[in-house]
Amino acid sequence: MQLFLQNMVNAMQWGSFYALIALGYSMVYSILMLFNFAHGDIFMVGSYIGFGVATALLGLTVAFNFPLPGWVILVFTIILSMFLTSFVGMFIERVGYRPLRDAPRASAAITGLMIGIILETGNLALLGAERLSFPPLIDTVIFTVGGVHLTNKKILIVGVSLAMMYALHVFIQKSKWGMAMRAMSYDFQAVPLMGISINKIAPLTFAIGSGLAAGAGILYSLAYPVLDPYMGVLLGWKAFVAAILGGRGSILGAALAGFVLGFIEIFSVWIFPSTFRDVIAYSIILLILTIRPHGFFGQAHSTQLRL
Amino acid sequence: MARKIIETRSAVSGLVGKFRQSTRRIPLLAWLLGWLAAAATEYFVGDAISYYLGLPKIPVLFGCLLILKKPLFIPGVMGYLLLIYILPVIVVARLGRGPANRLAVLLARGSVFIATIIHLGLFYLALHIWADISDYRLLLLKLTMVAVILTLSLNVINGYMGEFSCSHPGFMALGAYTASTITLWLFADDKLFGSPLLSPALGPYLFPLALVCGGIVAALGAVIIAIPSFRTRGDYLAIISLAFLFIVKSVIENLEFVGGPRGMSSQPDYSSLPMVFLGMVSCVWIVNNFVTSTMGKALCAIRDNEMAAEAMSVNTRKTKIVTFMFGAFWAGVAGGLFAHILRYVNPGSFGIQRLAEILAMLYFGGLNSVTGSIIGAVSINIFSEALRPLELFKWIIIPLLLILVMLFRPTGLVAFTEFKVKKLMRPKG
Repeated sequence: MQLFLQNMVNAMQWGSFYALIALGYSMVYSILMLFNFAHGDIFMVGSYIGFGVATALLGLTVAFNFPLPGWVILVFTIILSMFLTSFVGMFIERVGYRPLRDAPRASAAITGLMIGIILETGNLALLGAERLSFPPLIDTVIFTVGGVHLTNKKILIVGVSLAMMYALHVFIQKSKWGMAMRAMSYDFQAVPLMGISINKIAPLTFAIGSGLAAGAGILYSLAYPVLDPYMGVLLGWKAFVAAILGGRGSILGAALAGFVLGFIEIFSVWIFPSTFRDVIAYSIILLILTIRPHGFFGQAHSTQLRL
Repeated sequence: MARKIIETRSAVSGLVGKFRQSTRRIPLLAWLLGWLAAAATEYFVGDAISYYLGLPKIPVLFGCLLILKKPLFIPGVMGYLLLIYILPVIVVARLGRGPANRLAVLLARGSVFIATIIHLGLFYLALHIWADISDYRLLLLKLTMVAVILTLSLNVINGYMGEFSCSHPGFMALGAYTASTITLWLFADDKLFGSPLLSPALGPYLFPLALVCGGIVAALGAVIIAIPSFRTRGDYLAIISLAFLFIVKSVIENLEFVGGPRGMSSQPDYSSLPMVFLGMVSCVWIVNNFVTSTMGKALCAIRDNEMAAEAMSVNTRKTKIVTFMFGAFWAGVAGGLFAHILRYVNPGSFGIQRLAEILAMLYFGGLNSVTGSIIGAVSINIFSEALRPLELFKWIIIPLLLILVMLFRPTGLVAFTEFKVKKLMRPKG
């Protein structure tokens, strides 16, 4: 029981990364009907930007002899790097996706893959092959509740990601922009005729998705403080799986499926040898998709795609 | 200024037109002869010419590697290319135009089969002489041919059927491991399976059977993906195939008797150039026949509208399952060849990276076209080898190139064309 709860906590932490990244995939899908395959690498860029911002802030506090507590720097880092990374997302939309809006979907997928490779290699060329380590902004404090070890970082990660998801939910449900996005995902063709420009909504979607990915990147680097240019590849693909599992274009589904994927992975490691993780996890996903071919909340709309 | 640009442009187009005019009447046969002559020239006098031009050794890949490493060699490499490649090709092709045309007329009267065999024989001879210069060229040629098989087989699924299948490296891994297991078990003395069961002398002759076994195993694996594809397509199928890829990779990592994550090594050296060439030619031949058959037309119907195809009496289930198995079979064969070229496989070489590579080759060349697949596979392979001295920047230049192709020709360079052997070989005089 104690082990179960411990694994539960770990799965919550692991799942929140997947959920935050999967949200970006799902949002872009619901607007543009295509998956942004560069998203995993935007996550990587986000954590590098977070690294840069955190280091710069730490340097400034030392230079001006104005010691700020670690959590203040962390809050500033998260906000600033989410803001900066959202511009990366908008740039990618402008360069890679806008010219291809009427092209076959597979071409856009290839473009996304290639932008991802360029981001990875560009990073490698700019910063070199050595791995950077994220500055430890807050000290780890371990609480033990009923035999279950909690750290303040785990609580922070789960809490911040849940807060981000709630903020996104409120934004989409309550704000005018969110309403426009929902309308756009409801009908891609008619809504532009109603005076809502797709050229404003699509960059906004990319910006929000990239911001969430950057948030996930910083939280990830808090837990695993080693940055390398290929950290986004596997995480990105798995989050893509989560986005599909949740039902394409379904925001709630993506968040839920991210957590489900985290749970499946952590618990399969707990029960079986750790090398079997991928076999078990993907077999379960295959099974779920065979029973529910459209994911948790996906609508079985026409099988005819804009391919 | 503007007039000057227009003038130069018209001059350039005039030159291109003149060149086209003079080469239009040269049949394929004469070009092949020309290339044979170039390869032979290089074989016999390449060393001497490169010495007199001040080059350290024969430029392996048309001098690209040399130029990128030391730009000082540009004039030497240019001279070499002119003397060894361009001059013999043009001279032989021009001079041999008449006889080649007469021969082509003769061949066109006979059966297509014999004509194709003669052309392929010439082509192979030229390749063989060209690759004889260095082991590097040999390896590059073999890998390029395997890439052609992979791209073509993916084109059947992703191009003609219009699904987005991501499991090709998985099929390749199945084929590679099956073929390697068979050859290691039967013909080789190694640490995994012990002494050989059959005489190693039989190996090269029975190797095609091992390849076919690998292909069959891959095809059986494809059934797992084909069955869900009855109910869903597009993104869900992409995920199912991606999950299949991860599962295959992970299962192989956990199978100790094929070496686990360390992989299998010291496969016998059966993938010789003729073997790989034969594999590629039969793949092109069979795939081309497949996609122009009734089944191929049914595939295109399914791609364009599945419901309408079903209403028009296309058996969509049978078509899908056959196509998946067909594509996977060739991926398995390519995997077997690949394993015996490098003589080492591990699960890590069949991951996302390989998938991105195959997809890049397919979409660069063009969907729904055999020619496109060949062009895509060859050009991406040659590019990535030629740009090797640039190290990291290679991985910026090639993706940029691909993005540009996608922006200006979203379905690839040579998409939606038919590959007609008869038209290719026709006399032009």
